[in-house]
Amino acid sequence: MNCNDMMQEQRISNAVKLIFEKSVEGRRAVRMDLPDVPNAMNIKKEFLRDKAAELPQLSELDVVRHFTELSRRNFGVDTNFYPLGSCTMKYNPKVAERIASYPGFAHLHPLLPQLGRGGMLTQGALQVIYETDLMLREITGMAGFTTQPMAGAHGELTGMMIMAAYHRDKKNNKKTVLIPDSAHGTNPSSAAIAGFEIVSVPSDENGVMDIELVKRLLNDDVAGLMLTCPNTLGLFNPKIKEICNLIHSVDGLAYYDGANLNAIMGKARPGDFGFDIVHVNLHKSFATPHGGGGPGAGPVGVKEKLLDFLPISLVVKRNDGTYALEYDKPKSIGYIAPFYGNFGIILRAYVYVLMLGKDGLKRVAENAVLNANYIKEKLKDYYELPFDKVCKHECVFSASKQTEKNGVHAIDIAKALIDRGFHPPTVYFPAIVKEAMMIEPTETESKETIDTFIQAMLEIAEQSEIEPEKLKSAPLTTPVCRPDETAAVKNLDIASL
Amino acid sequence: MPFIANTDEQRKEMLAEIGQTMAGLFADIPAEFMGRDFNIPAGISEQQVRNRLAELAGKNSIDLTCFLGGGFYDHFIPAAVYSLISRSEFYTAYTPYQPELSQGTLQAVYEYQSAICRLTQMEVANASLYDGGTAIYEAIMMALRVTGRNKIIIDDSVNPIYRVMIKSYTKNLNIQLEETCSSDGLANRKQILKKIDAQTAAVVVQNPNFFGCIDDFTDIAKAAHEKGALLLASVYPISLGILKTPGAMDADIVTGEGQSLGMPMSFGGPYLGFMATKKKYVRKMPGRIVGETKDKFGRRSFVLTLQAREQHIRRAKATSNICSNEGLCALTALVYLSLLGKEGLQETAKLCADKASFAYKRLTKIPKVKAHFKTKWFFNEFVLDLPCEAGDVIAKLIDKGFAAGFPLSRYYEGMENSILICVTEKRSKQQIGMLAEELENVL
Repeated sequence: MNCNDMMQEQRISNAVKLIFEKSVEGRRAVRMDLPDVPNAMNIKKEFLRDKAAELPQLSELDVVRHFTELSRRNFGVDTNFYPLGSCTMKYNPKVAERIASYPGFAHLHPLLPQLGRGGMLTQGALQVIYETDLMLREITGMAGFTTQPMAGAHGELTGMMIMAAYHRDKKNNKKTVLIPDSAHGTNPSSAAIAGFEIVSVPSDENGVMDIELVKRLLNDDVAGLMLTCPNTLGLFNPKIKEICNLIHSVDGLAYYDGANLNAIMGKARPGDFGFDIVHVNLHKSFATPHGGGGPGAGPVGVKEKLLDFLPISLVVKRNDGTYALEYDKPKSIGYIAPFYGNFGIILRAYVYVLMLGKDGLKRVAENAVLNANYIKEKLKDYYELPFDKVCKHECVFSASKQTEKNGVHAIDIAKALIDRGFHPPTVYFPAIVKEAMMIEPTETESKETIDTFIQAMLEIAEQSEIEPEKLKSAPLTTPVCRPDETAAVKNLDIASL
Repeated sequence: MPFIANTDEQRKEMLAEIGQTMAGLFADIPAEFMGRDFNIPAGISEQQVRNRLAELAGKNSIDLTCFLGGGFYDHFIPAAVYSLISRSEFYTAYTPYQPELSQGTLQAVYEYQSAICRLTQMEVANASLYDGGTAIYEAIMMALRVTGRNKIIIDDSVNPIYRVMIKSYTKNLNIQLEETCSSDGLANRKQILKKIDAQTAAVVVQNPNFFGCIDDFTDIAKAAHEKGALLLASVYPISLGILKTPGAMDADIVTGEGQSLGMPMSFGGPYLGFMATKKKYVRKMPGRIVGETKDKFGRRSFVLTLQAREQHIRRAKATSNICSNEGLCALTALVYLSLLGKEGLQETAKLCADKASFAYKRLTKIPKVKAHFKTKWFFNEFVLDLPCEAGDVIAKLIDKGFAAGFPLSRYYEGMENSILICVTEKRSKQQIGMLAEELENVL
């Protein structure tokens, strides 16, 4: 057995069994309270399940070891540089986690304010929501927010429902929404399930929405526009105000996807550009954790003329300084979440803004943009840069040079980065750039980390010239290497029953 | 500046290296938008923020003895749940797009999907949705795709908070939403069976329902299937420790609020929407799905699968717009279910039922307090009629230190005097006795 085989053998033996496969009949972790009431079992047999659910039977240590072991098979922001474009993987302050676990927040029943005088029992939580609303208004230039949406895409849907409600109220018969071809997939998807038809707008030679094209596509059918600005190429559209004005000229509404707000936070405001509706991703710009795929939060803000359509309930401040929930809004789109949104996440974002303050937020945007431009400049001689100009929070390269010359694709570069201890950038998005590599460093990363990343990218560019086959066999340092996704679909195994 | 790495010196250095100025980096933004003085207070220290937030937390009343449920429950959470989900390798990661460095998250999601299937006796489950309410909405959209029809029947014993959400979501779509009026605390068979027709995509029911009553929907599932419609069941996962499963009732899509599986109530979120279905409908299911496969060396691996359903591939034609879901909450549920295990979940469910049964007997001994429904099968919530307005009584009991229950008049006409009382395994016999005494005193 050679060294490689041994390494591989070891890796196989290191595979973590499923938690169900570790189960031992009769083993227990948690001991429940002894019953202090009669063992009544006042439920007739027909209503009971035939046999207990086959959940694992393990000791507490078994469970702790299992999940600790699984956790070690992950990269997170705390373990590795994570420049996943468009996801704003910044550091998540520990103090926000601590505060979210304060019993006064964590153990608060959401129905309390619906009891008589119950609102007075939750004044602290209502104040957090109210003040978060105020801060978000100031940061975005909107007149009011709902904190209900539980993710960015949920915010988009909420925003588009508000757009639909506005047009219904004005008896406008409008069906279409303009969305750039560089948009996140959630944009067209959210607009479609809010009942709209999508018109995809190609980007111009500068990588941004083409104003002349907007003029041509504009007609009375247009209900609005959905746009990220800066867009997914990290580019700011200097004609943004004119575009919003054009949309307004047919009584359309301009929707701002706040996925990329980190680039301009504390510097400029989408409301001033002319946008009527915005959502912000608290799990991006406001440093709340991504949780391995949520929970996030996507509060939605609107201009004055749309305030009546915001979801209920809303937190208001009464004249006596106390906070209350307002339900009486006849034009509201209604409830889109059971309560006030992902309160635990809103709370973390509130803490973040309090700590950074006005100057901190501005510096967030500046350093995020500086870090991205620094990477862009340092790598542009080695990787194809489709739009060579100042970027905002992220830069998008193409691996086309390496692909054409050496058959090395963006995915190979991504996997080679893993072996060098970096989470790869977003690859193959936006789709308008061939072999795209979208790099978003964020402001929480230091020059030292970024320099090491740049060094790794340079090494990979060099390696793709000398020994491209090595890149194709990466990664070698991880528990698995290039799992077969086609086989996963073909032999669909998505649960151990 | 907290959380920002580079010093002023480094900023200068980096700008110099790329031949830029800070103003130059923002020169693409028209000047009219720049230079605003933001009305946000100056930043504060960690110590200050902790003091301020401790003060705000103190303005929330958490010392009431909780008999309040309504779909959101005060269950016991083992300490190890919080320790494990606080592993930053889990919570500071994102969607596992790169499987090699996300095997931890991916295997956990696969195990979570398996646990949900085992709990509900369904064949497949997704990686999570936002909450129990949006999960029903997603299930409705899925039923429309499966059947190609547009009529939905929903009984009013389904959580009213979810029913109002569904109304908001379906307003702009061509969906015929028809409500049936529950009968003696159970889904109204007569009305439902009459309404099921060739346009019906699904019947939506809940077990135990909002009133806490236990039902068996086998008959409704059969009637729906005869007309080509689906049965959508929303369930309370703790109750499945002992109750007949939606799978055994032949439900087609199962959803629920997973908060009770180890998540604190946290004033309404983050929570967990779960969804399970039959294998034949898996390609119509929304949300992320993780599957098992092998890597190029034949090693067991986990990957995101069936992604062709999703928004980042299908855009406007996707099964759902969902992207970020409730990953960490799904992990929480899995860790919770693993710690309780097969027997622990059963015991928890049984404790809830027994304690609720005890409370029901004790409280109905109070003169003038009566059971609202004839059906005596309930899980851990039940409805009592008081001699006066329930809202007033609840307000008085707050002063005595109890969140005694939920006033049903908020959502149901003619139930002014009715209170919904919930008893979890955390409530003691003594607390139940004290509630009974105080209730008797205020009546």
